[in-house]
Amino acid sequence: MAKERMDFIDKGNKTTLFVSRLVSYIFLIFVTILSLFSFYLLIINSTRSNAQLQAGFEVLPKEHFFDNLVTAWNDTSIFFLPQGMLNSFIVAAATCILTTYFSAMTAYGVCVYDFKGRNFVHKFIILIMMIPTQVGALGFVKLVNELGLANTYWPLIIPAIAAPSTYFYMKQYIDSTLPLEIVEAARVDGSNEFRTYNFICVPILKPALAVQMIFAFVASWNNFFTPALILDKKELYTLPIMLSIVRSRINSQAGDMGEVYMIILLAIIPVVVVYLFLSKFIIGGVTLGSVKG
Amino acid sequence: MSSTTASVRRKSISYAKWGYLFIAPFFIVYLTCSLIPLLFTFYNAFFENYMDGLKQIGPNFVGFDNFVTLFTPKSSGTIEIFKFAGNTMIMWIMGAIPQIVFALLLAVIFTSERMKIKGQGFFKTVIYMPNLIMASAFSMLFFTLFSNVGPINQIIQAAGGQVFEFFNNVWSARTIIAFINFLMWFGNTTILLMAGIMGIDQSLFEAAAIDGAKSSQVFFKITIPLLMPIIVFVVITALIGGLQMFDVPQIISSGKGTPNNTTKTLVMQLNAYIGTSKNYGMAGAVSIMLFIITGVLSFIVFRFTEPKKEKKGGKK
Repeated sequence: MAKERMDFIDKGNKTTLFVSRLVSYIFLIFVTILSLFSFYLLIINSTRSNAQLQAGFEVLPKEHFFDNLVTAWNDTSIFFLPQGMLNSFIVAAATCILTTYFSAMTAYGVCVYDFKGRNFVHKFIILIMMIPTQVGALGFVKLVNELGLANTYWPLIIPAIAAPSTYFYMKQYIDSTLPLEIVEAARVDGSNEFRTYNFICVPILKPALAVQMIFAFVASWNNFFTPALILDKKELYTLPIMLSIVRSRINSQAGDMGEVYMIILLAIIPVVVVYLFLSKFIIGGVTLGSVKG
Repeated sequence: MSSTTASVRRKSISYAKWGYLFIAPFFIVYLTCSLIPLLFTFYNAFFENYMDGLKQIGPNFVGFDNFVTLFTPKSSGTIEIFKFAGNTMIMWIMGAIPQIVFALLLAVIFTSERMKIKGQGFFKTVIYMPNLIMASAFSMLFFTLFSNVGPINQIIQAAGGQVFEFFNNVWSARTIIAFINFLMWFGNTTILLMAGIMGIDQSLFEAAAIDGAKSSQVFFKITIPLLMPIIVFVVITALIGGLQMFDVPQIISSGKGTPNNTTKTLVMQLNAYIGTSKNYGMAGAVSIMLFIITGVLSFIVFRFTEPKKEKKGGKK
């Protein structure tokens, strides 16, 4: 009886299934074009000279790719572009490792241990998650100057340890994926708590950590607001600062749009590589974690 | 018997200590790097402290004078801070609504057992990619795209139209800014929602299918209610992001909020006080305003979403 009814529903749904599939694919293709269009524009623009860029829009690439590359490479007003890439990489890599490791550790602490004030801690972190970073910017800059840490990377890296939104995400994830029995079993086997976290919990959390690492790496790599307040030595500049310097010239005689687009393109390549490297976790991993539900 | 309970109790007490150890780094760093600066910023709001040319004025304690200045209408009759807050909200809403709608649609498409979409890996990878481009780079691209000599205006002219100054019109300028924000963040939202949908018990969908529920019914009666906690998270994070809106309008309007301050956001004003005019007193006052607005909005979002969730839970 039930099977007959299922068959009936299946038949009735054949056409609607076809239509919904068709609509879905059209929508997905539209979204793909929307997403990749900017990359296309960037690549085309990086192959055009300043004069060509001023003249208007082109559909096909031009021949000035290497000219732009040389200009960007030799631009001393931003110190040295590869140095900027290295600087950005150091800051972003350190940030994303600290953010994910320590915020996950905090989430683990709240999930696994029944300590006094545990609920308060959770609520407090959710509360502070709402506060925009810029609200404390003024005090932060003053503090950094007082401590003599201006023009170092410490003020950009250390605060990453306390990332409320990473905590929140990891807390949800641990709640749904980490069986507490594993932690207890490890205890019985004589593993100390840090060891349990590092060698048993972290591997289980790998997909979620990867997702948060991507988010953190990209956010730090593209961050302009804080580095611009902390760094004013050329050799320490990160890529977004270098880009803003070159970009600020575009309305003057010295401006070169080709160079600007080249820098943007060079700035995107490393994040795209990191992203593609970790993206299998986004696709397979996030879902894997929450299946248990 | 009593010895086992004693040992259990002793165990749980000793493990509780580990809890504090695990959360310690987070809180030590938060207190020093965020909370102290935050309080210091607020403290600054009650002082007169700025650069007049090369001369440093203050810091002198002035009570609530900075707030009075903040809420004093300009000669045109508008209270600037309200206008900037309004701009921020309008542009946020214009971007956030399509962002969440697109993300929901995509998440449903990707997780649909029935449709079994092919090439999912490719599509999922691609939708997040706009987020990899710097906000400033995005803004530049769109600025050139819609500029008076840009391709869009070339097309308009080719079709026999007049040049349309996109960045001199309040609504087109705001739409472009909102669109950039939407484009940058819908992939991120999709990933979060997808994880949420996958967490929903699959048997609920099967049961609904057997009962002959339409896709729209399944979506509104099962997916949305059960997804509410994640949607709340998404709305709140998007809200925080929206309040922080800075890079995109800053570059689109060259920091001026053109046309006529209609695209100037709260953080742009804050940045102008800290960076350009070094007016730390006013920066502190704006920060407090931003803090209050954040608090109120988060409260509203929680208020609107929490009771609904409980009701649904109760019914089940």
